[in-house]
Amino acid sequence: MKKKKPNILKAFLYIFLISYAVITLLPFLWALSASFKPLNEILSAGLNIFPETFTFDNYVTIFTEQELFPRWLLNSVIVAVVGTALNIVFNSMAGYALARVSFPGRTAWFIIVLAVLMIPAQVTMVPNFLILKELGWLNSYQGLIVPGMINATFIFMMRQFFVNFPKEVEEAAAIDGLSRIGTFFRIVMPMAKPAIGAMAIFVFMGFWNNFMAPLIIMTDASMYTLPVGLNAFQSDYATYWNYIMAASMVFTLPVLLLYIFFNTYFLKGLAFTADK
Amino acid sequence: MAKWKLTKSQLRDAGQGYLFMSPTIFTILVFLIGPILFALYLAFNNVNLLGQTSFEFVWFDNFTRMASDERAIIALQNTAFYVVIVVPTQTILALVLAATLNAGMKGEKWFRVIYFIPTLTSSAVLVMIFMWMYRPDGLINTILSSVGLPTYNWMNDPSVALISIMIMNIWATAPMFMVIYLAALQGISDSLYEAADLDGASAIQKFWYVTVPLLRPVTGFVVIIGVIGTFQLFDQSYMFSGGSGGPNNSTLTVVLLIYQYAFSNNQMGYAAALAVSLALIILVATFIQRKLQKDEQL
Repeated sequence: MKKKKPNILKAFLYIFLISYAVITLLPFLWALSASFKPLNEILSAGLNIFPETFTFDNYVTIFTEQELFPRWLLNSVIVAVVGTALNIVFNSMAGYALARVSFPGRTAWFIIVLAVLMIPAQVTMVPNFLILKELGWLNSYQGLIVPGMINATFIFMMRQFFVNFPKEVEEAAAIDGLSRIGTFFRIVMPMAKPAIGAMAIFVFMGFWNNFMAPLIIMTDASMYTLPVGLNAFQSDYATYWNYIMAASMVFTLPVLLLYIFFNTYFLKGLAFTADK
Repeated sequence: MAKWKLTKSQLRDAGQGYLFMSPTIFTILVFLIGPILFALYLAFNNVNLLGQTSFEFVWFDNFTRMASDERAIIALQNTAFYVVIVVPTQTILALVLAATLNAGMKGEKWFRVIYFIPTLTSSAVLVMIFMWMYRPDGLINTILSSVGLPTYNWMNDPSVALISIMIMNIWATAPMFMVIYLAALQGISDSLYEAADLDGASAIQKFWYVTVPLLRPVTGFVVIIGVIGTFQLFDQSYMFSGGSGGPNNSTLTVVLLIYQYAFSNNQMGYAAALAVSLALIILVATFIQRKLQKDEQL
């Protein structure tokens, strides 16, 4: 009986879904196609998605003639990779301690972690700049990485994960003579892969896409990350949409690949955020 | 003996606990709690960064100054307008998309994968693509004029510029909330819909009288996250206007104003006071929303 839904309604719903898919994809396809077009074709205001003259020149140019672009890419990779690695280890450690180790002050620290979640980044923006300036960390990788090397949201997520972690595993490891630290790094962390995967993807995206922090901390053009570099490039070469679109595509590709390969982790991470 | 042993294991637990917590405690103290206290201190001072950094205690001057700061009022108006339009629109769009996808449509997974792409993409890339499409002879105006609709000067007309940012951000953010709604929808038992079927409810009635009320807690969450996010609008305004908040202050938001005062005008004390005020506004908005939701549930 249930299958016999009115067909007109179904057709209407499909038209809605397909139209929205087009609205979603069109800007990206339009940008992708522009990245393979020569500039004069882009500016001619035609509506052709497939380039009349197909060219890789835009990509070649941004990597060879714009010497800062590869540098920005490198900066972004260093900050995102190191930042994510530190977050994985430190958030897991804190989550594990808050869930499994009974140390004095545990409840207080848990409450502090939850409270920190509610503080908007703008409040710490100005004082953090002054602190980093005093430390001499402006225009440095550590200036971007160290303040972001933990993340309260994901400490909370790892704690929720470890609360339900089977006790027998740790007990067996203790009988085998492993220390707690050994148990954590060699037994517990490998078993936490699904939670760590979800965390890693969101933390990586956070570093990769962050605009405000590098805008404030990196004032030297050679230390820009890609978002800031892209914006600076656009202000300087406002009409070179072919290069801007090619650079945008290079920038988007890593996250898109992560998304395609680790789709399930994405959904898990989001489902967690919603449960909070 | 036994008691001594217990303390020893307690001591070990304490040591291990703090060892595991040490990176977190360090970062929270140095880059979160310290800066929050520092921000409160800055808010009551005039800060001079030239030469030796110096502070001058000025009581509530930084706060009273806001009332007569024309740009602060414009920034607050713009931000409030942005919040009031974007939060309901993106929430409704997310709910409608999720409910449609959940109606047993074929290819649900593929639609979901496609819809989610803007959410992954960096704000910088989205702004570049939209600035290019928003050009006077760009894709959007070309499409509009080809179907006989009016065209706009999306980025340089002060009456349209903020709306251009709204359209882009609703488009970019709604899918994230859609995924959250979808997860919740999949937890609603079929039996409720079957009961509604027996009562002869139409699809729209089922959506309105079964789905929407059941999703109310999720909607509360989506609205809170939406309000927090929209109050903090910065990246898009900064990039669209080249950091100025123009044309004619039409894309000036509170956070962009804070940035300008702190890093272009060298008035960090006033910037900190604005930031503290913004945090309070967000906090109050969150509490009001929570309170309303609790009252509704009783």
